[in-house]
Amino acid sequence: MKFAVIRFGGSNCDMDVHHILSDLLGVSTDLVWYKDSIKDYDGVVIPGGFSYGDYLRAGAIAARTPIMNAVKRLADEGKPVLGICNGFQILVESGLLPGALTTNVYPKFCCRWVNLRVENTGTAFTSNFSEGEIVRMPIAHREGNFFADDATLHILNSHHRVAFRYVDSDGNAVADANPNGSVENIAGVASERGNVIGMMPHPERASEPVLGSDDGLRIFESMVEYAERV
Amino acid sequence: MQMLYRAEITIQLKDGMLDPEGDTITRALMHLGYTVTSVRTAKKLLIELEADCKEDAAERVDEMCRRMLANPVIHNYSIEIR
Repeated sequence: MKFAVIRFGGSNCDMDVHHILSDLLGVSTDLVWYKDSIKDYDGVVIPGGFSYGDYLRAGAIAARTPIMNAVKRLADEGKPVLGICNGFQILVESGLLPGALTTNVYPKFCCRWVNLRVENTGTAFTSNFSEGEIVRMPIAHREGNFFADDATLHILNSHHRVAFRYVDSDGNAVADANPNGSVENIAGVASERGNVIGMMPHPERASEPVLGSDDGLRIFESMVEYAERV
Repeated sequence: MQMLYRAEITIQLKDGMLDPEGDTITRALMHLGYTVTSVRTAKKLLIELEADCKEDAAERVDEMCRRMLANPVIHNYSIEIR
């Protein structure tokens, strides 16, 4: 089994994801430049950062590079695809996930820890959580305000495709716990089949106790276990 | 013969969508003593291209908007060709 961490100019936390997969979970993982091939991989992580300087819109240009066609093919084959932060922006811009990520309601870069409620444990990335569990991870973004129209929201909710919501420490999805103005406090969404997920919080920055939380590690563990099954 | 055309594209958040940058500028203008009802921000792109005719240029620029320059989930756009 082999995973790819895709790098664009301006990616970050790519090394962190590589460290988690290869050093902590012992999975063969390559850092793959966006001009190279990913066809032989069993799963893909698109890390955070500021690909192409966030020019035009965050993720817009990376989403239209040829490697994203290869990511779509892997997703169609049912392989796991995880987009973190800028990776989430790239996935919505490429049409692999619905909605859009716009400027935070308080329009500045926001970097802090948030509480997340796990809404669906049926995805490739959330099987190692329990439903309704509250986990902690940091966010670090300026364009993380998730927007979708009412029809799309209805589909996301009724098909259990909201993976995470921003909540307070009691698990309530209140306005005060929403760091960026995302509609219905949505922090992460999944594809129809649950093998593609995008999330604004950074699980790779919360995967070892020394970092303040290792809740994020279970996302990568879930992904690896899922990849072993498909 | 191909002619050089200039396309001016304005990309704006759809009506009713929150524009935090515009709202912040509104408040800053109020602090300076101006009375404004609202500020909406937009992005303007100026593209030069060669095309057979104005319609051809407009069609290609519209395709660029649909495929990349605007995000149909959140944006409206307008194109002016000269």
